[in-house]
Amino acid sequence: MKTNQLTFLKWLKMLGSSKTGSLGAIIILTVTFTASFASFIAPHDVYEVNLNAASLPPSWMDGGESQYVLGTDRLGRDLFSRVIYGSQISLLVGISAVIVAGVIGVPIGLISGYYGGFIDSFFMRIVDANIAIPVILIALFVLGFLNPNLIMFILVVGVATWYTYARVVRSEVLSLKEREFIKAARVTGVRNSVILIRHLLPNVTSSVIVVSTLSVATTIIIESSLSFLGLGPKAITWGALLSDGRDYLATSWWIATFPGIAITITVLGIILLGDWLRDVLDPHSHV
Amino acid sequence: MTYIIKKLFQIIPVLFIISFVVFIFVNVSGDPVVLMLPEDASNEEIKAMQESLGLDKPVIVQYGLFLSNVMKGQFGQSFVYKQEALPIVLERLPATFELMIAAIIISILISIPLGVLSAIKRNTFIDLFISGTSVLGKAMPNFWLGLMLMLVFSVYLQILPVSSRGSLLHLVLPAITTGTAMAAELTRMLRSQMLDVLHQDYMRTARSKGLSHFSVVYKHGLRNSLLPVITLIALNISTLVGGALVTEVVFAWPGIGQLVISAVHARDMAVVQACIFVIAIFVIGANFLADILYRVVDPRIKYR
Repeated sequence: MKTNQLTFLKWLKMLGSSKTGSLGAIIILTVTFTASFASFIAPHDVYEVNLNAASLPPSWMDGGESQYVLGTDRLGRDLFSRVIYGSQISLLVGISAVIVAGVIGVPIGLISGYYGGFIDSFFMRIVDANIAIPVILIALFVLGFLNPNLIMFILVVGVATWYTYARVVRSEVLSLKEREFIKAARVTGVRNSVILIRHLLPNVTSSVIVVSTLSVATTIIIESSLSFLGLGPKAITWGALLSDGRDYLATSWWIATFPGIAITITVLGIILLGDWLRDVLDPHSHV
Repeated sequence: MTYIIKKLFQIIPVLFIISFVVFIFVNVSGDPVVLMLPEDASNEEIKAMQESLGLDKPVIVQYGLFLSNVMKGQFGQSFVYKQEALPIVLERLPATFELMIAAIIISILISIPLGVLSAIKRNTFIDLFISGTSVLGKAMPNFWLGLMLMLVFSVYLQILPVSSRGSLLHLVLPAITTGTAMAAELTRMLRSQMLDVLHQDYMRTARSKGLSHFSVVYKHGLRNSLLPVITLIALNISTLVGGALVTEVVFAWPGIGQLVISAVHARDMAVVQACIFVIAIFVIGANFLADILYRVVDPRIKYR
């Protein structure tokens, strides 16, 4: 317990010494907090229609009202509350889809890199096939068939992006395989499954953490793009808000602007934290 | 040469896998006939469609039929356009191609000076500013950037057209929208690449020969940093196409993206399938070309 606290403090100290890393962490904490307590933070009911307050500009502009900080949409719904609620889906999809992708991609990467040969070629051709079709298009294709609910949506995005993990883990395993400790384990007759799980898996964890973090950023952008295209989960999402705002760009610029700022800030936070993690966990890698 | 042949052979299984997955989805996830026809299709239409698809035969035979049709470029009739799907898709290809080429050119034009500058001025305010901007460029979803550019340049300043394809001016905003994420990525990579190159022996030699600063940096340094740029662009072609699809919707750009998204909404599966194959072949082809180009540009690289 004591050592756990110590390492946690050590990490916190390391994070504190990096300006961009701490900025990223603060952004992510804020967004997570907002998403978790959306119902307490949001000043208005997100579905509450108030036609007397329709299309109000943000409160600091002429004609804005102080109770609608970021203005309202054409039905008088509070944009600020809707942006707050939008964080829930983005975070949920971002994190869950990354877990789905990792659960598929990491074992395949391990096996592919360790066994090589036909198994490797087989999986790598699937990766090639996956990469040849943009993730957005795969998701469009599959979601076009199924009536997308949230779970299906997460699964589709996760399955469409597993290859990142497979590739990274595979290339790590390829170089680890040549290292003494793995060779020694093989020579002394340690079973392959044990080598994979006890020796290789722990050694690819830091890469997986880095890839996962940066993947959350990509996934949030994919989620919001699909929502923007009208194929997202049936909920209030930043992408869907943006898509609403698109039709009123000339008259109510704020509807399209603020959800986009929310996406950008969230993704920025994740990228900053991910870059910091990469520098800390994997000092050899660049780009 | 053997390398090229080997690479070509790797493409075949990839296309098989794609066709197989598309087939599975079209045929196993529900009644394809219902999916491929509009909701108000008559019984005769359903029957005709079932026969034309050979749905009374075993699955393997069905896949064989599907495969041979795909190879012939027959993806079936689009019920929206009332004609073969492939020509409709190919007709849209030049617009998407134009957008992508413009996006790549813009991202290169932005990233080379910025990447080099931020490497030379390492850890100065300029470097910090450029690095910060490129992280921001990566974080912005392109469809939002597109809307914001539209808001500023078309709605308020009214100096660029709002949407659709036409003159070169129509291309500016969509190309910036599609190219920004790539430009951000390239800038970051060029910076770290240049930082490596700047300390190489040949750079010191070039400087000691008394060559001008510009010539040293751009002729000797940049040229050696450009190889990874080709790779990075090739690796990101798929993402770039994905971005272009969304950009097309934002700017009503009449390319494949707009087509595929309206086809998905209309459940015009023949067109969707044709789009998937055309895009996949396009991406695979681009990667293949980049692979060869890479080899031509840098003869030091030996392939197994």
